[in-house]
Amino acid sequence: MTQPAPLLAIENLAVTFRTEAGNVTPVRGVDLAVFAGRTTALVGESGSGKSVTALAVMGLLPRASGGISGGSVRYRLKSGETSDLAKLPPEGMRRLRGREIAMIFQEPMTSLNPVLSVGEQIAEQVRHHTGTGSAAAMRRAVEMLGLVEIPDAARRAADYPHQMSGGMRQRVMIALAMSCNPRLLIADEPTTALDVTIQAQILALVDRLRREHDMGVLFITHNLGVVAEIADDVTVMYAGEAVEAAEVRTMFRDPRHPYTRALIDCLPARARTGADGRRVVSSIPGSVGAAAAAGGCKFAPRCSHAAPPCHAAHPILEPSDGGHMIRCFRWRDL
Amino acid sequence: MVAAIARRLAGMLAVMFIVATMVFFLTRLAPGDPASLMLGDQATAADIAELRKTYGLDRPVAVQYVLWLKEIASGNLGQSIFLQRPVLQAIGERAEPTFFLALFSILIASLIGIPCGIASAVWRGRVADQTVSGSAMLAASIPSFWLGLLFIQFFAVRLGWFPVAGYGDPGADLAQRLRHLVLPAMVLGIVNSALITRFTRASMLDVLSEDFVRTARAKGLPESRIVLRHALGNALVPIITVVGLTAALLVGGAIVTETVFGLPGIGNLVVSAVLRRDYPVIQGALIVIAGIYVLINFTIDVIYTLVDPRVET
Amino acid sequence: MDPAAAKLFLDRLFRRKLVLFGAVVLLVIVIAAIAAPLIAPYSPTGMRVTQRLRPPSATNWFGTDEFGRDVLSRIIYGGRASLGIGMAVVLASMLAGTTLGLLAGYFRALDTVIMRIVDAMMSLPDILLAIFLVAVLGASAGNVVLALAIVYTPRVTRVVRGSTLVVRELPFVEAARLLGVSTPRILTVHILLNVASPILVQATFIFAYAVLAEAGLSFLGAGVPPDVPTWGTMIASGQQYADRAFWVVFFPGLAIVLAALSLQLVGDGLRDMLDPKLRKAL
Repeated sequence: MTQPAPLLAIENLAVTFRTEAGNVTPVRGVDLAVFAGRTTALVGESGSGKSVTALAVMGLLPRASGGISGGSVRYRLKSGETSDLAKLPPEGMRRLRGREIAMIFQEPMTSLNPVLSVGEQIAEQVRHHTGTGSAAAMRRAVEMLGLVEIPDAARRAADYPHQMSGGMRQRVMIALAMSCNPRLLIADEPTTALDVTIQAQILALVDRLRREHDMGVLFITHNLGVVAEIADDVTVMYAGEAVEAAEVRTMFRDPRHPYTRALIDCLPARARTGADGRRVVSSIPGSVGAAAAAGGCKFAPRCSHAAPPCHAAHPILEPSDGGHMIRCFRWRDL
Repeated sequence: MVAAIARRLAGMLAVMFIVATMVFFLTRLAPGDPASLMLGDQATAADIAELRKTYGLDRPVAVQYVLWLKEIASGNLGQSIFLQRPVLQAIGERAEPTFFLALFSILIASLIGIPCGIASAVWRGRVADQTVSGSAMLAASIPSFWLGLLFIQFFAVRLGWFPVAGYGDPGADLAQRLRHLVLPAMVLGIVNSALITRFTRASMLDVLSEDFVRTARAKGLPESRIVLRHALGNALVPIITVVGLTAALLVGGAIVTETVFGLPGIGNLVVSAVLRRDYPVIQGALIVIAGIYVLINFTIDVIYTLVDPRVET
Repeated sequence: MDPAAAKLFLDRLFRRKLVLFGAVVLLVIVIAAIAAPLIAPYSPTGMRVTQRLRPPSATNWFGTDEFGRDVLSRIIYGGRASLGIGMAVVLASMLAGTTLGLLAGYFRALDTVIMRIVDAMMSLPDILLAIFLVAVLGASAGNVVLALAIVYTPRVTRVVRGSTLVVRELPFVEAARLLGVSTPRILTVHILLNVASPILVQATFIFAYAVLAEAGLSFLGAGVPPDVPTWGTMIASGQQYADRAFWVVFFPGLAIVLAALSLQLVGDGLRDMLDPKLRKAL
């Protein structure tokens, strides 16, 4: 590995929620790294625990019912020191949020406060973290709205969220996230709710901001097309676990985990031409909910390569060449 | 905007029309002839006929109804039989204690209810929530007249802190009169805080689960600011509604408390009118009180447009 | 069991415990009222001039009133009238409100008329509307029931109409209509079954309000005639002795509080059980 120390290094993260039906652990073995100036994509189906992982890093899990129950989330601070966010008290975590680590969400329509102007929502964060006066904070807000390519930013700053389109609001969310020069940006499916053309613009915007600000980006998505477009590194999640991690080119050229392979085969670009001449998009049978044998590999019930040992023991995430990590007993055989 | 206000005004008039109609016809249900009731047992047949004529009671009911609507529309609520003066004047004379009582009661109720409701929502399911929710239910179970009697016994008779009853001399200065309202306002404040607590809790819980609250947390804002600015700012509309409507209902709904404390307010006027069968006063008071409620309701809708930028229609 | 799960379990138990407490209190009050002649230590009307305004003692647990009557016995008998009136109000307002709510929710033409009348009635404070109705109807137990039933009918109408509007759009109602099930049958069977639980919850709360309102009316002298012992009339006739004998006022009031509180606790518990979505609204 030639890379410098990561900005964010998650190791063996586990998150547990208490429910009326008992404890559930939607995340139980996530390892991933985000480097400054690079984008790590966290990929998986819905329900695989991607968003929970993001909220855990942000310290935004619902405090009354859930929390990190294992592993570490090491973050390299501006000062160069490393802090384990999993052990940070809520107050310390709060000081990092918005200032060092910022987040944008999937639902631009509901993620902004409807009764405050968008300018004020950005200025509020600036005032809080930098202690600048309200006039300077509002100037900063307008500057940020300009940065995310909102035309006529000075005037739009006085607008309320309902006066803007979904794409516009997502730009506002990005402006908000960027306003205190964060070093790590967590983007949780920020384009899923948007039109395809707007999606591309938002992706380009996030990518430009990453380059210009040398920011690390943790980009959560279920869309491999988006991954190909934006990611430098990829971690694939399945049923609460990281199952494979690699550089993006390696991942697409040489996927080793059966799940990753299946995912890539599902891409419409990889569709086979069927016997009748039509193109057939493949799919993975079953769903994430498919019950795995206790102690066995989580993916075994849906895996076309599963062998008896796969149902009996649980594989660890093991390193291969060039920083490639795989959680599979059989990757060498495939 | 103008169209929306016009629509609300039309709805307001419709409600008032129905209230007036209801009051008119229900009053006709009263057993016995109104004229002979008004005059009492000693009245002669000639007296009764005379009175029927002056009040138009000899005309067909439909005609009486139309005349009554006309009178109301022109702002005339009729003449009190017992008090020998216009109903509106009688109500006006009793308005001061009722107005201040409603005002102080809603202030106390809001000062108890809103913070308790917020705390209850923020610490949902915890001891604070259980305590607040249980207390609210208890407060809603207390008859106001009973609590009033207990307060009078304890704070007025035993401790002598407040006057036992009444509203002081009409000539005394306002502060002296308002002292008489402390205990009744406490009673009504406590009893009515229950509703405000429950409403605040429910609307805060709704807002606290919204995505933008998560955004506010992601901004690293302190929890107090998230709760008080972002969540409360959005929960304010339903809270204003319940506070406003409770205040409106207090104007005519403080009857029992006014009676316990011997306050010469509108509620007291209504009770005396009921006991004396002074129907014009009862009818007039109902119209005025419904009118206040409808007017406050309308005002709240206008306030919405100021508080919530989304309401533009 | 780990501490977190144990805490959750305790929280739930605490909640249920309050509901359980309410149910037990309610049951005791109801049984005491029904079995009054068996339970009451004295006659509720037995006057003993020598025993006037006696404080609570071993012989008269809640003391005696201005006529030397046993306060406890009067409270037990008073529950018959107070709860009986409350129950009758609940049944009458449920019946009327459910009918009106179904009609308003199902027939567009009736909706505006009914809901305007409901709005008009709700623009008047409960107690004011009640006292007006009792004034025109005449003060008697039956008319108190009628007046309070009229006062609370709009509340039921609103709940039922709201639920009906939701239920009528559900696929199974549509399916029933397409299958040719007649309109009245759709109304009664399908919708009624689905709106039953909000109505039931509403019933317990109206019961509580009705007990409180009846006491208020009786206290004002515009309710049940004073010679009938109800919790309200007891406080009304006792208030002039409150400075000398607080018990003649205190205990009947406590009975009202306990009855109203237990009814609301039970209503809250019912809401939890029947519709978890409504839970947070308390």
